[in-house]
Amino acid sequence: MKLTGRPRRAAFGWTMAAGLAVMAVMFAVSLVFGAKDVPLRDVWLALFSGETNEQILVIREIRLPRELAAMVVGAALAAAGAIMQGMTRNPLADPGLLGITAGANLALAVGFAFFPALGYFGMTVAGWIGAALGMLLVLGLGASRRDGWSPLRLVLAGAAVTFFLYALAEAIGIAFKVMKDVSMWTAGGIMGTTWRQLAVVVPVVAAGLTVAFLYARQLTVLSLSEEVAAGLGQRTVLVKAALSAVVILLAGVSVALVGSMAFIGLMVPHIARALVGTDYRRVLPMAAVAGASLLLLADTLARTISKPYETPTAAIIAVLGIPFFLIIARRGGQRS
Amino acid sequence: MIPKALLRKQRLWLFGLLGLIAATAVISMGLGYASLSFDRLIPTFLGQGTFKEEFVLFSIRMPRIAITLLAGMALALSGAILQGVSRNELADPGIIGINAGAGVAVTLYYLFFPIDAGLFLYLVPAIAFAGALAAAILIYLAAFRRGSGLHPLRLVLIGAGSSIALNGLMIVLISAAEPQKADFISKWRAGSVWGADWPFILALLPWLIVLVPFVLYRAHRLNVLELGESEAIGIGVPITRERAALLLAAVALAAAAVSMTGSIAFVGLMAPHIAKRLVGPRHQLSLPISVLVGGWLLLVADTIGRNVAEPEGIAAGTMAALIGAPYFLYLLIRR
Repeated sequence: MKLTGRPRRAAFGWTMAAGLAVMAVMFAVSLVFGAKDVPLRDVWLALFSGETNEQILVIREIRLPRELAAMVVGAALAAAGAIMQGMTRNPLADPGLLGITAGANLALAVGFAFFPALGYFGMTVAGWIGAALGMLLVLGLGASRRDGWSPLRLVLAGAAVTFFLYALAEAIGIAFKVMKDVSMWTAGGIMGTTWRQLAVVVPVVAAGLTVAFLYARQLTVLSLSEEVAAGLGQRTVLVKAALSAVVILLAGVSVALVGSMAFIGLMVPHIARALVGTDYRRVLPMAAVAGASLLLLADTLARTISKPYETPTAAIIAVLGIPFFLIIARRGGQRS
Repeated sequence: MIPKALLRKQRLWLFGLLGLIAATAVISMGLGYASLSFDRLIPTFLGQGTFKEEFVLFSIRMPRIAITLLAGMALALSGAILQGVSRNELADPGIIGINAGAGVAVTLYYLFFPIDAGLFLYLVPAIAFAGALAAAILIYLAAFRRGSGLHPLRLVLIGAGSSIALNGLMIVLISAAEPQKADFISKWRAGSVWGADWPFILALLPWLIVLVPFVLYRAHRLNVLELGESEAIGIGVPITRERAALLLAAVALAAAAVSMTGSIAFVGLMAPHIAKRLVGPRHQLSLPISVLVGGWLLLVADTIGRNVAEPEGIAAGTMAALIGAPYFLYLLIRR
């Protein structure tokens, strides 16, 4: 272990640096291209000077918060997916597929219908509660007594719960005439993120990621097997509770900001593991960086494919995600 | 040989369900946004209603009831075939991605081809069929493995994933469209029975007239296929051909139905289960019951959906998911 540890660590450093570089480039690209392309010079001035003109203002007030949101949400969802995959030892786990986003969506519909005076922070909290309920529902239904969380059962339970919660949210939305508010909130995607929203979201995601990194070691052990973790003296219940809380925090706040976004949490951890191995101390940071880059890319595509209209980012992610899903599903299905 | 008592039981259920459907249809006729009270139903039928009453009954309520009945029947039969052929009690055209395939084709056609009002209607089921078939082939190939055949859970899983992705594709496609067209497609995705007028029924009916007897005629083959591959070969059934013919019928039935009503899942899941509960697993007995149960289920779902939220109502597809998803979970837990 010691002998191979050092070169691997050096390689990890380079991979991570490359990942950060890609993210920085994607960030710049996403600021330049859009409904209206902006010269790179103006992007530079918007970021690092006090100058203002019309284009610089567009970047500062519209594009910059939006792309920051894409980065934060991408990192949060990818990390949440990685944690879920490690914790349930399930290659198909993803917040969007396991009822979390649907639960948060339902909570938003309930919030708009019954407590319209909640405000932004209140709605975010409601989203968390819904996310937690959705996740508990799926984990509870997907677990069978014999073999724990079998990958296929979990995803199927997730799919059915998702169907159900979305239908319920739609029924409530129509019955109480708040459909427009809910879809303004969720289907709007990353569009229209404000600095005020970022002020709520960024600290939460930062805190969530920090806790996740602190537990990365335990997560690696847990991802091997429950027995090994318990044998090594890990208090598995406590660790799992903490990690679940992190997942709910990260996924819930993401839904509150950009609406449902499946497949990011599924794809990115697989990419990260292919790059840096199975140690979650490496997987988590890599997944966060890769997730941020991927969502920046998807959002840039969303804004440019059919200018001046916007394509929902979630739809682009879904289309990018399906080949991945099929490959993983074929492989994952072998075991059961 | 089928016991006489069972045959009699099935006949009783057939008539019982027909009565239930008739009763539900009458209730459905009297309920809705525009007022048409129950005591005016019979006079209106006999031609003594006001112009408004006649309009509501003959041009709004009745075509809608007819189309939901027909679509529910087609979806139920499609689900029964899928469950039998794949030996998978969780199969349903909506869950395994066939509806979504039809949806992508309808979206493409709707967005990129000039719409000739008369012809459009009759072409829609065929277009939907083409898309659904493509999706079905893709999903079948992804879930099929040489040697082990169709793994039931993997089929549902891959289908569910494909369904999410194809829905994503539909959203990408409509994002650049005019708001009016985009609105139509998103209503379609929710399953809001857009084709509630007599010409739509004429467009849907031929598919059912051909396919329902075809499938009922092959019910005993479905029994054999459900036993398993080696048993079917042993009995002397050409399984590849039978399976392909039945699956093709299932895809066509689902595609034709959803092309008129929008994406509706779970009816094809529930109806065959209920039918088997009532008359046992023999397909020659259970298929006709499935068909009636499916029509009744969708009619009930749509009647509730139309009336709980006015004026636009909750889409029939949404109501079906509210009723059907818990049932799916129940089946999943029980296995």
